[in-house]
Amino acid sequence: MILVKDNRCDFCGTCVAVCPVDAIELREADISIIHDTCIDCDICVWVCPIKVLSSDKPEEVKND
Amino acid sequence: MTDYDVIVVGGGPAGSMAAEAAAKGGAKTLMLEKDRDIGYPVRCGEGVGAAGLRKFIEPDPKWIATTISKVRMRSPDNTQVDFGLANAGYVLHRRLFDYELANRAGQAGAEIQTRAYVDGLIMENDAVCGVKYQYMGEQRSLRAKLVIAADGVESRVGRMAGMRTATKLKDMDSGYQATVGNIDVDQEMIDFYNGDVWAPGGYLWIFPKGDGMANIGLGVNGKYAHECHPHDMIHGFLDKYFPKARILTSVCGGIPVAKTLKLITSNGLMLTGDAARMVNPVTGGGIITGMVGGQLAGQVAAESIQSGDVTVSGMADYPKRWHKAEGKGHEAFYRIAQGIAEITDDQLNKIAHRLVKTPSDKLSLLKIFTAVAREKPGILLDVTRAFAGV
Repeated sequence: MILVKDNRCDFCGTCVAVCPVDAIELREADISIIHDTCIDCDICVWVCPIKVLSSDKPEEVKND
Repeated sequence: MTDYDVIVVGGGPAGSMAAEAAAKGGAKTLMLEKDRDIGYPVRCGEGVGAAGLRKFIEPDPKWIATTISKVRMRSPDNTQVDFGLANAGYVLHRRLFDYELANRAGQAGAEIQTRAYVDGLIMENDAVCGVKYQYMGEQRSLRAKLVIAADGVESRVGRMAGMRTATKLKDMDSGYQATVGNIDVDQEMIDFYNGDVWAPGGYLWIFPKGDGMANIGLGVNGKYAHECHPHDMIHGFLDKYFPKARILTSVCGGIPVAKTLKLITSNGLMLTGDAARMVNPVTGGGIITGMVGGQLAGQVAAESIQSGDVTVSGMADYPKRWHKAEGKGHEAFYRIAQGIAEITDDQLNKIAHRLVKTPSDKLSLLKIFTAVAREKPGILLDVTRAFAGV
């Protein structure tokens, strides 16, 4: 599951632009992950310029 | 019945140019902006070429921060190669510039609404027929003959119509920029730091903004963003090289360094600007190219509405004109960008050591490319193609 750290997002939309399944909702100052749609690919975690997004996957799974 | 001929989603430079052109072409036009302000927050280095800008608008001191006549290119070991710009450039106050463009759209007859967050499309028979949006907590919908999506890097409106707008990680730069004060930099010079040591897969920039201020930002390729962390890199850079700089604003943002999307129209829908990936893949610059794309979209939108055909084939002139104006060049620039990405820091140092021996009044972009080509011959063909426009 992708997690959003509270109060740190800059709402720049970079994660939205790379999400392959359109699972991120972003408004003026509000971001949410649509968990039913999310495929846990972690691309959003990688691209975020300020590390607001994180994955709750254990490290060994991430390295597969 | 439709409420409008054209609804433009997004009030950046591309959106405003589209709205202005559509209105001038006789279309009843509305532009929707999701934020409360046009032009803010500014997620942009704010640099433009003077020639490109003048095609659309006469430069006005009101929204020009500085006039640029010199460039400094730094190598990974901080060798500095300086040269003059044949064509001057500007660093803008985007906040005021975007206002001006939106104001012009309004004067041309377009209506504008801020705080309007588009969250869906009205679709009928595989065609876009309007937008659904939220305004101050209220759900609204408006019908239009044609929607122009100028919704920026996120490009969600296209997705709502079933288009594939998602950008690959390798084609997205992850950026962070601080606008700082109390900094002593040459106010006529833009300064680029090249190489993985400064910004892996991208570059770091210093663009002067007048009154001892500057935009200091960087973009790193999406593949490296998690390890390199643009925010930390900028703060580390400032601590080391400009400890007296004071951060007045900081923003992050994505820079799509991709080729323009293969499809930029769908029935009843056009994509333009960042949303269509119209950014130059080498420089990451997208203001002027977005204005080019936006204006073309608005013009063709008005023409298609007049002829009564807003299907993909009825709007075929839009991708055609974009391809001729910039799209073809962008494809070559994309190949150049891939070539540049392969140049190692050692090679960049070697190139800089060679160039620094040339007096700066004898240097030009062409000379630099020639020096790059000596180190990496494959890039020459792509550069030639880009400048020949083939």
